[in-house]
Amino acid sequence: MTEVYRPLGGRLLTREFYFLGVIVLIGAYFTLRRFLFGIGAVSNLSDGFPWGIWITYDVVTGTAIACGGYAMALLVYLFNRGQFHPMIRAALLTSVFGYTLAGASIIVDVGRYWQLYNVFLPQYMNLNSVMLEVALCVTLYTLVLWIEFSPAILEAMRAKRALRLVRHGLFFFIGLGILLPTMHQSSLGSLLIIAGHKVHPLWQTPIIPLLFLITAIAMGYGMVVFESLYAAVHLGRRLETDLVSRVAAVIPWLLIAYLVIRLGELALSGDLAYLGRPGREPWLFALEMVLFLYATLVLLDPERRRRPTQLFWSALAVVLAGALYRFDAFLIAYNPGPGWHYFPAVGEMMITLAIVAFEVMAYLFFVKKTPILAVAPQTESTLTARASYPEHTTMRGASA
Amino acid sequence: MQDLAGDPDPIEIGPRLSDQLELHGISRRGFIQFALGLTAAMGLPFGMAGRVLAAIEETQGRPAVIWLHFQECTGCTESLLRATHPTVESLILDLISLDYSETLLAAAGRQAEQALAESIARNQRRFILVVEGSVPMRDGGIYCKVARKTPQQMLHEIAPQAAAVVAIGSCASWGGVQSAAPNPTEAVGIPEAFAREGITRADGAALPVITLPGCPASPYNLLSTVLYYLTLQKLPALDAKGRPLFAYGRLIHDHCERRPHFDAGRFAEQFGDEGHRQGWCLYKLGCKGPETHANCPAIEFGDVGGNTWPVGIGHPCFGCTEQGVGFHKALHEQAEVESVAPPALFPDVFAEHPGGATLASAALAGAIGGGALVYAVGAGQRLRAAEAAEAARSSAVDQPKTESEPR
Amino acid sequence: MNIDRRDFLKVALAGATTALTAGSAVARPPRELPPDAVGILYDATLCIGCKACEVACKTTNALPRETDPALEQAKGVQDIWDASRDLDSRTLNKIKAYAQGTAAVKDRDHDGYSFIKRACMHCVDPNCVSACPVRALTKDPVTGIVGYNPDACIGCRYCQLACPFNIPKFQYDKPFPRIVKCEMCRHLQAKGEIPACCAACPTGASLFGRVSDLLEEGHRRLSFKPGEHQDYPIHSLDSGKGRSAEVRGYYPHLYGETETGGTQCLLLAGVPFENLGLPPLGPESSARLSETIQHSLYQGLVAPTLLLGGLVYTVYRRTEAERHDDPGAPTAIKEERRHD
Repeated sequence: MTEVYRPLGGRLLTREFYFLGVIVLIGAYFTLRRFLFGIGAVSNLSDGFPWGIWITYDVVTGTAIACGGYAMALLVYLFNRGQFHPMIRAALLTSVFGYTLAGASIIVDVGRYWQLYNVFLPQYMNLNSVMLEVALCVTLYTLVLWIEFSPAILEAMRAKRALRLVRHGLFFFIGLGILLPTMHQSSLGSLLIIAGHKVHPLWQTPIIPLLFLITAIAMGYGMVVFESLYAAVHLGRRLETDLVSRVAAVIPWLLIAYLVIRLGELALSGDLAYLGRPGREPWLFALEMVLFLYATLVLLDPERRRRPTQLFWSALAVVLAGALYRFDAFLIAYNPGPGWHYFPAVGEMMITLAIVAFEVMAYLFFVKKTPILAVAPQTESTLTARASYPEHTTMRGASA
Repeated sequence: MQDLAGDPDPIEIGPRLSDQLELHGISRRGFIQFALGLTAAMGLPFGMAGRVLAAIEETQGRPAVIWLHFQECTGCTESLLRATHPTVESLILDLISLDYSETLLAAAGRQAEQALAESIARNQRRFILVVEGSVPMRDGGIYCKVARKTPQQMLHEIAPQAAAVVAIGSCASWGGVQSAAPNPTEAVGIPEAFAREGITRADGAALPVITLPGCPASPYNLLSTVLYYLTLQKLPALDAKGRPLFAYGRLIHDHCERRPHFDAGRFAEQFGDEGHRQGWCLYKLGCKGPETHANCPAIEFGDVGGNTWPVGIGHPCFGCTEQGVGFHKALHEQAEVESVAPPALFPDVFAEHPGGATLASAALAGAIGGGALVYAVGAGQRLRAAEAAEAARSSAVDQPKTESEPR
Repeated sequence: MNIDRRDFLKVALAGATTALTAGSAVARPPRELPPDAVGILYDATLCIGCKACEVACKTTNALPRETDPALEQAKGVQDIWDASRDLDSRTLNKIKAYAQGTAAVKDRDHDGYSFIKRACMHCVDPNCVSACPVRALTKDPVTGIVGYNPDACIGCRYCQLACPFNIPKFQYDKPFPRIVKCEMCRHLQAKGEIPACCAACPTGASLFGRVSDLLEEGHRRLSFKPGEHQDYPIHSLDSGKGRSAEVRGYYPHLYGETETGGTQCLLLAGVPFENLGLPPLGPESSARLSETIQHSLYQGLVAPTLLLGGLVYTVYRRTEAERHDDPGAPTAIKEERRHD
């Protein structure tokens, strides 16, 4: 089977695109304020809550959402499911921008950004620090993602020589691109271990790296499913329900493993008793479980798995559940002591929103102007026909 | 304490003072200044100065005062006599009829005792008993006998006839220096002696006892008490130990001029060191100001200008007015700091910090969440339509096939 | 199920091998107190709340005064200069008061009050030192003082997350911020002097000395009976100066002896420590667990390297076709198996 990647085409500067642009500009304003007047001028970060939504969403959740490339690489290269190969580029697009913008939000979040390169200097490195490993791993992986993604750009630029060079060495970077996220997605969870009693016992556990890793992979698949359906709804692309449904079929097994390990560990350590204690934590835990269970049950059923709406809501549930798990562990079930309060400030939210908007804008640009999405598979009957996107098949009034 | 203004037989005061000013060489201005000073010392509002003045000048009749001395050094009497405005003070003394005082009486021996007996008989229930010195309770009080009588006997005879009792000095208030460990004579102050001896007024009512501790007691506190009564015809407000609140209501620590140094952590470490020369707080040298009630920093002593009190001249207060502190704690021992209400002035162990949701941020978060929900629902609906379209198309495609296939 | 059983087993076996050949899962040993480590013993029963230590600390560290924005807002005025209500980026040392009921008696729990001094505890196994990716926070090997180096710091604030006492403070209001915390006046100690808070304390509530000696002193005090008179050294254990005071009675625990692996700043009080805002901590520093897990997975990068080798080989085999394709033609991938 051969694949062809083509730009989706269509108008880039739509109303929605401009709307996203406005959000980016507002975020840029607040970012300028942050650099002129300090982090406190735009955020509600405090000594009790040093990490807010910039870390919790932009970095921790954002990179987990950007695990599509990693998840698909596992499927295609490790488990040799070649039929999913056409979906890799789109997944890589999300990943590359997710990680790059996570890096951008790091620059906004850290206080002494002009010395950020210190993490790369051996005389400063602290090999005991989980944060060091996360920083180095994420930086390296972002580089690897750009290399993995470069064929799409090089094809658009028709740089044949460069393309051949990249293709020859790509296998190494693909291998690296599976190793590195395994390391840092788990370590993002390990970051919390040192916080000890400040993280609620329902979330604090020595196996937190394993739980973060499993949910990150599940969220990666969830995003791949979600984005394929998004492209169908809003970009006029055909529904590739069959392929998407098979990707989605992996998710429930990951979630079952996650639920068994999570609940089992809580039972063994005796922390399950905290579900009976007063407070909002049991409810947050229950919400996470409900979302995970919903996704699991829907995606286990082959009938439901074939229906785009079911795929859509369950993929959303996986991503939301994974995001909620991270928000709970880092922020909502995090208690530094009485007297400390955190709710993101307007400026803080606008900067995060701007980063997400920028990511969407970048996605739209690349999908429309560069060969990211694969065309319909060539069959005998349509080989002679023009290889193009059957834009008029399904979606009425598709825009964006 | 009892309000003597309701007493049916109020004490009367002697000839008008105003007539005698010129005779004694006192300018009216100097006299008014003195009266104003005393008004302030009593803690009375400035506007009452007129009444205080009138009381001094205009009242008639002189109350009789019987001044007893028990175990004492006579310092309280001496300090009264050593006041720097002797002429005015003696005028005040002219307001009272000091019928008996072992220090000042011209007579001696039997004549003195006779004067005492006559005064008591003549001024039944209308004289003021001033007591200086502590009462030895051990062995019935044989360690202090005057005219062959123990203090207990004297008190039993005299006190019930008095209108009020003033215990002047720390010795009379709570035992003073004689009560320092091991207190061989079992010296106690007048209030305790009365309690233990069961001494009350002749009609059985409790005797009002005003204590004016100090070693010596400040003469101005006595004068102010007398003047307060003359002006307002009642006793000043007293605390649980019978001390006038206007003089003993505050800790020395709370109105000491060196308090800012305490608050800033500037302490003299040794006599004569840099901090001592700078006038820093003497807490570390053992100043008992933080646990001693008195008004020394306000009225000072000797009336010779500023800083004429122990701390002012560089020596730590030793707590002479306070039972359990003066003559009990070592001079160098650091005092207990009895702040007024410490926790109110300190941050709580858990401080409240800002950072919670505001209307704007909650609204924005709601808008984002709402927007995302609307978007998702919209997308879901479109997908459902696509699904239906797909299903319709595939069933349409299927049908021709089934028709053409052989059964 | 789509995943091929053979492939799955291959991967699982590879993963298990890597995990087992990786560094041993033995826990990192707990850190030891350096023999010459110095610290401060704070005795709340001796503290009179004079706050001379707060003033001295601000002076010696050249910290600015602060306004009280909450109070300003409440009163509708500006520029109220007052001591802060908590440790912050301008306050390294804070005296707080705990009051219960009528707060009538000092150092008593019921209807009583107590003071407490909060500042960096200079832990024996500091979470902040373990957490910092760039070694901006380091523990002096001789004195054990946890110091901060702004030249290394990137401002990630992981130390704030890690500290069980919430000590490191950050200058959120500055465009070029740094972390701020008590460093036990190491600039004074370098000159042979003692920390300013101990030098200023008139009652000996803040006492400087070698931690081993302070531990002994702490236990000595725990054996005192309330009401008896005892001698208490002031400023430092070896200052030669002291005072005599009545023992007020201690809550039977020396805080910091074992908490979070031990701290060099020790606390004594007359009331339970949780009332004074101190967190209930076990004898293990969570830095120990964090490092154990991290090193078990990544020690010497053995496991990652092995895993990378396996992955690269697998991917190499599977992308054979791609490498030999003409870049002008559409990309292709060699299908080994096709399952539906």
